[in-house]
This record gives sequence, C-alpha cells and structure tokens, in this order.
Amino acid sequence: MGTIFLKELNQFFSSLVGYIAIGIFLVMSALFTFVFPATSVLDAGFASLDSFFSNAPLFFLFLVPAITMRMFAEEYNTGTIELLITKPVSLKAIIGGKYLAALSIVCLSVLPTTVYYFSVYKLASPVGNVDTGGIIGSYFGLLLLGASFVALGTLSSAVTNNQIIAFLLGVLLCFGLYMGLDFLAQLPFFVGRLDYFIEHLGINAHYVSMSRGVIDTRDLLYFFSLIFISLAFTQLLTSKQK
Amino acid sequence: MSIRIEQLTKEYGAQRAVDGVSFEIPKGQVLGFLGPNGAGKSTTMKMISGFVEPSAGQIEVCGINTGENPMAAKAKIGYLPESNPLYFDMFVKEYLHFVARIYGLKSIKTRVKEMVELTGLTREQHKKIGQLSKGYKQRVGLAQAMIHDPEVLILDEPTSGLDPNQLEDIRSLIVDLGKEKTVILSTHIMQEVEAMCERVIILNKGKIVADNKTGSLKSSPKKRDVVWFKVKDKQAKDFNLEHIRVTTGEGAFLIAEASNRSDLAEEIYRYCVERGYVLQHLAQEQSSLEDVFKNLTK
Repeated sequence: MGTIFLKELNQFFSSLVGYIAIGIFLVMSALFTFVFPATSVLDAGFASLDSFFSNAPLFFLFLVPAITMRMFAEEYNTGTIELLITKPVSLKAIIGGKYLAALSIVCLSVLPTTVYYFSVYKLASPVGNVDTGGIIGSYFGLLLLGASFVALGTLSSAVTNNQIIAFLLGVLLCFGLYMGLDFLAQLPFFVGRLDYFIEHLGINAHYVSMSRGVIDTRDLLYFFSLIFISLAFTQLLTSKQK
Repeated sequence: MSIRIEQLTKEYGAQRAVDGVSFEIPKGQVLGFLGPNGAGKSTTMKMISGFVEPSAGQIEVCGINTGENPMAAKAKIGYLPESNPLYFDMFVKEYLHFVARIYGLKSIKTRVKEMVELTGLTREQHKKIGQLSKGYKQRVGLAQAMIHDPEVLILDEPTSGLDPNQLEDIRSLIVDLGKEKTVILSTHIMQEVEAMCERVIILNKGKIVADNKTGSLKSSPKKRDVVWFKVKDKQAKDFNLEHIRVTTGEGAFLIAEASNRSDLAEEIYRYCVERGYVLQHLAQEQSSLEDVFKNLTK
C-alpha cells in the first residue's frame, strides 16, 4: 500500500494537479475569509471562522473530484490497471494507497489555514477571545467531510474510464450527499415525517454538529461508514472488470 | 512443470473466448502462441497472469494454483501486456523503482541498473516514458516484466511495432532468457516463432488446434511437397511420373507436386538425368509454418 501511496502522491505533484488544487483552495478560502466583504471576518466584527468553515466545503465540492477523477479512470483508459492488477498487490492496497494519497492532498490544503486561526486569535478583543473548542471541532469536521468527498470521488473514478464523467459524477455525489439531501428534506411531502431522518443521511447535519465543538460518536460513525461504504463499492467495481 | 493448465474456459456472454484449453509447459521451455485475431491468445495469457478471472478451469504456476493463492502466483510471473501500458508521466528509472518496490525487492538500485543495461535503455534512462519511441517503450515494458527475475515470463506480442534492428535485439534477449526461464509469447509473425520457440500452440476460436515442437509441426502428415524446376526445351507433358503431378508455372517454370515426398527434388533430378534432359533450375519450396497455420485455422 505504501508503494502505491507514494506513486500516487508523486503523480499529483509531478503533474501539478496537487499544487494547483492546494493553491486554488488557499487563494479562494483566503479571499472569502478576509477580503470579500460579504463573508469577511474583518467586516463581521465577530472573532470566528464560521465563514471559512461554511465556504470550505463548497470549494472541496469541486476540488476534491478534480483531484480524484483520474485515479482509476486514467488507469482504465491507458490500460495501466492491467499492470497493477497483475502485480502481487491486493486490490485493497491499490484502493487504500490511492485513497490515502488523495486524502493527504486535502490535509495539505487544510493545514496552512491554521494561520487563519492565529490571525483571528490575535485580532480578537481581548486577544485570544475565540471559541477554540468550536474551531478544533470544525477542523475535525472539515477533514472528515474532505475524507468523505475523497471516498466518493474515488468511487466515481472507478465507474468509468472517462475522467470528465468521473469528475461530474464525483461533484454530483458530493453535492447530493452534502446539500441535496437537505433540500430533499425540505419538500412538503417529507416535512414533519422523514425530514429529520433524511437530513441526517446527509453530510451537512453531521458537519454542523461537529462544528459546535462536540465530537459525537454518532457523527464519527456516520463519516467512517460513508467512507467505508464508498471504498467497498470501489472495490466491487474494480474487481468486476474481470 | 512450470505451468499447468486444465480445461481453461472464459465466457463473455454467449461467446466462448477460450474453450477448454489444457496444456503443460516444462521449466525452461519457450512456447509460442499462434492464432488469428480473436483466437483467445491474449485472453489465455491474461488469465494466467491474473488479470482476467477464468470462467472455469485450473491454472497452476510453479505448483501454485492462481485461484487459491493469486498473490504468490503473481510474484512468480513477469507479464508484458499486449498494448504495453505504461505511466507516461513517470521517468524510466522512477517507474522501474516503483515496480521493484511493488515486488518487495532488496537492493533495488542495483537491480534497476542491471535491467536498464540488459534492455539497452542506458541512454534513455533519464527520460520520461512518454518521450520514448515505441521500441524503447517496449524495452521498458520488458524491463518491468523481468525486474524480479521471475520463473515464468508471459509476453503478449513482445515485438510488435519494432524496427528490424530492435526486433533482432529483443528476439535475442528473449532467446537468452528462455535458456533459464519458462517463456510464453504470442505473435503474428511466423518467422519469429521459428526463430525463438521450441514449441508452438496454435489456437483457433478458443481451442487448441495444434500443439507441437516447432520442427515437427512443419512435417505434419498433411504436408504437400512442391518442387520448382526448369528444363531446356521440355514441357510439363514430357514428364510422366507416378504419384507426381507436373504443371506449368509462371516464367516457364515447371511445378512438381506430391504429398509426403521429401525426396521429390531428387526424384525429378534422377528422372531428368536418365533421359538426358538439361536441368536448368531445381528448387524445393519450403513448406512454411505459415502454410501449416493457414491450413489449421481456415
């Protein structure tokens, strides 16, 4: 698994995809958190990173499928999957290595944003008057959301040998689980009946719950199950090519 | 036995790509797979290498059943797929390092260096794979197949798309390897089989239609001997031999045909000498593997 992980990570950075994805995420999140007045912390007059944590999932919605789209689609398209499968590595190791490589891109893009926390910490009045617990919870939530998006993106990449289709399907899956289910829950048909249940099938409810600074085992269980199920389906799809 | 295959079958829907194929290959044999397109050569090789799962049948590589212990079997096999897929954005050495690490080799650096030298990639070793010409890509494909010193090499059309010089190099490389390793290779080129393989299996529509030593296949009982000759001032009607048909060919050549007469040329010579005919030309037409192939797969 380590070998596959290193190879994937190398490919992210030799093809510039890694740099571009991380760069776009940081530029966009900085602009929305500190520059654009509508969402800027400086104009809100409140020492919190709420605007960052509500915008970051939207950037991930597009960036994560862009990172993951080539992972299996390209291997199928160029036939290199035949090389991987005929080597003495298990399918689990191939999927795991690829998944962790894409996940580390997500982690690397989130890591520099800790600077935002220190900025807000210093700007607060009095200094340090921020909800540190809430922010730590939000970071956990953001990483778990990113990890879920990567799993969904990996799955959509294994569906097709066309990278564009893999990207669009990835966006659709992430959007559907992140926001789509919330919208669905608001339909009059479901309100008062299944809306709570449907909302909690989606990612957003659990993400918001974590951003309160409480790490609830139900939320953790939700994220880990989502990741596990996506990767299990990926394995099913990749082994079915035979 | 290096490879043992029993009743191997692969079905795609209603179509049987490989249909109850069985054979054994002893250690150190170079086996050629021949057959028209779609005969099931590649599918058979893909099943042995573990990419395609058989619908039925057993495969044993060095005594290891590929269905029961795929990882151990894969470690024994070096495989060059038909289209030679490679990571074009990787450097030659980077790629070989990657493959060596997958096989869990020790002393990776020296092994990669050895392979680069063995396959003649020294001058190209610092390039990206995508920049290499087809022949050099093929060498990279061969290098990755052999890097872990496998007991069995499966090469699916190893010489396709090479220029004559490269062809020669790769062929002699394979012949060298075949001295210690078991090699299965597929090809469309008959001369290649004659040059490299000790044994030929001809497949047609998923079934084995011939399995022989390369030499003995050519002298199969169906063989038809043909001699081209030219005699001064004589025509086909002047020749009256038992069991030998003489006809007129192109450019005033006469053609003598008979089934299973390896001494046909001698017979014509003797006939001419006895009658004082002036023999100007006498040549035996080689019954080639190509003819055998055509007969068997029609």
